[in-house]
Amino acid sequence: MKVEYRIYMGIGVFVLLITAVYFFWAKEYGGVTMLFGVAGLGIMPALYFGWWRKRMDPRPEDSETATIAESKGVIGAFPSNTIWPFVLGMGAFLSALSLVFGEWTLVIGGALLIFGAASVTLESRRGGVI
Amino acid sequence: MTIADERKDLSHDEGGHEHDHGGPKGIYLWLTSTDHKVIGKSYMYTSLVFMLIAGAMAMIIRAQLTGPNNHLVSQQTYNELFTIHGSMMLYLFAGPFAFGGFANYILPLQIGAPDMAFPRLNALSYWLFLTGGVTMLSGFFTSGGAAAFGWVSYAPLSSYSNAPGAGPDLWIVAIVLTGFSGIFTAVNLITTAFYLRAPGLTMFRLPIFTWNMIVTGMLILIAFPILTAAMIMLYADRHFGAHFFTVSGGGSPVMWQNLFWFFGHPEVYILALPYFGIVTEVIPVFSRKPVFGYKGLVFATLSIGALSTGVWAHHMFTTGTVLLPFFSALSLLIAVPTGVKVFTWIATMWGGDIEFKTPMLFVVGFLVTFVMGGVTGVMLAAPPIDFAVHDTYFVVAHFHQVLAGTAVFGGFSGFFYWYPKLTGRMYREGLGKLQFWMAFVGFSLTFFPQYIIGLRGMPRRVPVYLVSDHVTFLNQLSTVGAFLTGASFVVWLINMLISWKRPVAAGDNPWDGHTLEWATSSPPPHHNFVTLPPIRSARPLWDANHPEHADYKSPGHGVEFRDEEVNK
Ligand code: HEM
Ligand SMILES: [Cu+2]
Repeated sequence: MKVEYRIYMGIGVFVLLITAVYFFWAKEYGGVTMLFGVAGLGIMPALYFGWWRKRMDPRPEDSETATIAESKGVIGAFPSNTIWPFVLGMGAFLSALSLVFGEWTLVIGGALLIFGAASVTLESRRGGVI
Repeated sequence: MTIADERKDLSHDEGGHEHDHGGPKGIYLWLTSTDHKVIGKSYMYTSLVFMLIAGAMAMIIRAQLTGPNNHLVSQQTYNELFTIHGSMMLYLFAGPFAFGGFANYILPLQIGAPDMAFPRLNALSYWLFLTGGVTMLSGFFTSGGAAAFGWVSYAPLSSYSNAPGAGPDLWIVAIVLTGFSGIFTAVNLITTAFYLRAPGLTMFRLPIFTWNMIVTGMLILIAFPILTAAMIMLYADRHFGAHFFTVSGGGSPVMWQNLFWFFGHPEVYILALPYFGIVTEVIPVFSRKPVFGYKGLVFATLSIGALSTGVWAHHMFTTGTVLLPFFSALSLLIAVPTGVKVFTWIATMWGGDIEFKTPMLFVVGFLVTFVMGGVTGVMLAAPPIDFAVHDTYFVVAHFHQVLAGTAVFGGFSGFFYWYPKLTGRMYREGLGKLQFWMAFVGFSLTFFPQYIIGLRGMPRRVPVYLVSDHVTFLNQLSTVGAFLTGASFVVWLINMLISWKRPVAAGDNPWDGHTLEWATSSPPPHHNFVTLPPIRSARPLWDANHPEHADYKSPGHGVEFRDEEVNK
């Protein structure tokens, strides 16, 4: 996790420096706002990774000498086939189209979104995954 | 289940797995798949289709420009064509082809992962991308026609009074949908690369391709939210009477340019970095050498990422509202890490045992084209030059050499390199080489003359010009080149058709590859790996196949490591 933490922190701090230079030189506050936001987008994930780093056991993928057989625990949940992402996608699509064609597509799209989101959550709860 | 168990599991119940047995078939299988390989391929082929459609539009544009006062298409149609051509090439081809397609398919394989971290989110990304693309194209079927304000949709051109109708709104919706698809993919790829690496695969052993995708993902997470916000503001201006970008209501049109380019310049690197990653995989394999200066490349990529957030206003020099020295200096600075990359690519080839197969030829095309475009980019970063040629064909030539140099030459290099992995079949080498030479000659013929056209003062985005501009012949040359480039894609389609109808088995590792994606079968099984070689360097598979030349040297350990496999 150390490298992951450092690349995010590095970018965040670097952009913070650019922000400072820009602030004092250009005195144009739109750009300062955007740059400052970007610095935050670097530093916030960095803090998260840093926080985790202190709390997690050393991982075999961070070790130069780990063997393949060394990994322990669940590596992840990988669902088999499921239709819900498609339903969610169509829901988002139709909802977005309501910005062009009026509310009626939002009715269908919104219903699909709610239905899809609920189903996908239940699916994970039931553990429809390996 | 541990990784080892999981992989052991896969080895003995291949085919008997619940997914393969009695599961969904045909189109329903495709609709419901969460396998990163299926999604990656869908992304790839969908974006290639979008590329062909946008390419056909380019042919119409070029045909219109063959004579000074042609009337092939109307002014309005011309505007729609270049807008949708540019938008599709950038938002629907160059980005998704690499980041949705290659990254999706290859990145989990390169790090020895069974799938992406969030497979269902991955599927959702694809559906948003597909519907976004359809939305953008559907603008042509509305009564007012598609959006016609250029891919940058500058205010006030994009206001409701200047661009009425549903077409522009469809364009905005399309950008938002594909934007979310990009954001989701970025989250997914970064999480995968951070959390699903195989044991021993430390960050500084990751293939450069994977590194570049991580940095691209970070840039997407910075840039796309700003684009989405800008689109929402634009929509509010158009329909809810907001005045973000209209002078009359106290807003500022230049604010749009600031927002757009704060997204737009990182976007340029979002489009380029993945292709840099691809060529950095191809060059070492076809030169039979490790990549030169691994850490230097990684830091170059990271500094390109960091610097690219601070250069947006070099697109706005001529507005007279920006701090010229600051943006000029940072823009020139960003050329340094880019130069480092070009240097390491050449140094990797230097003294190597280079084999000019099709993927490697495309790399050479990429290098030549990209360096040309890069050099003219450095010229444009100097305000005195930019003031002279801004919004002329000089700029058109510059960004085509950069963008199409990466997306087309880099993209096809990767396509031919990984095609055997994707399909298990080999393409036809002769046709691949023919395609390369046609594309390379055609492409150069299209865009070299455009530099001169631009220097002679022809502005971009105009359908007609004057005989007295002295650009007629150059424009005709450019059109001939464009059609030659177009024909090269026909050769590609023929190649695909032949290799599909008369398959030649490629084998699992036809190029003697270095990285883990070549350690599994072609195409890989469900959940990717049955066994993994030990990982002791950035080239684990090379080490396993060539222990006498392994990057990892440890007396007495070589053999022992080679035998160590998961299933024992
Ligand atoms: C055979 C290849 C191609 C040809 C012949 C071609 C030709 C053209 C032409 C003639 C224009 C209109 C210029 C104007 O009137 O201002 C244009 C615009 C553009 N093209 Fe291409 N193009 C090709 C490939 C690509 C690729 C691969 C990309 C990106 C990856 C791309 C991105 C753009 C963009 C961003 C614009 C600007 C659109 C705008 O002004 O809003 N093109 N292209
Ligand atoms: Cu730029």
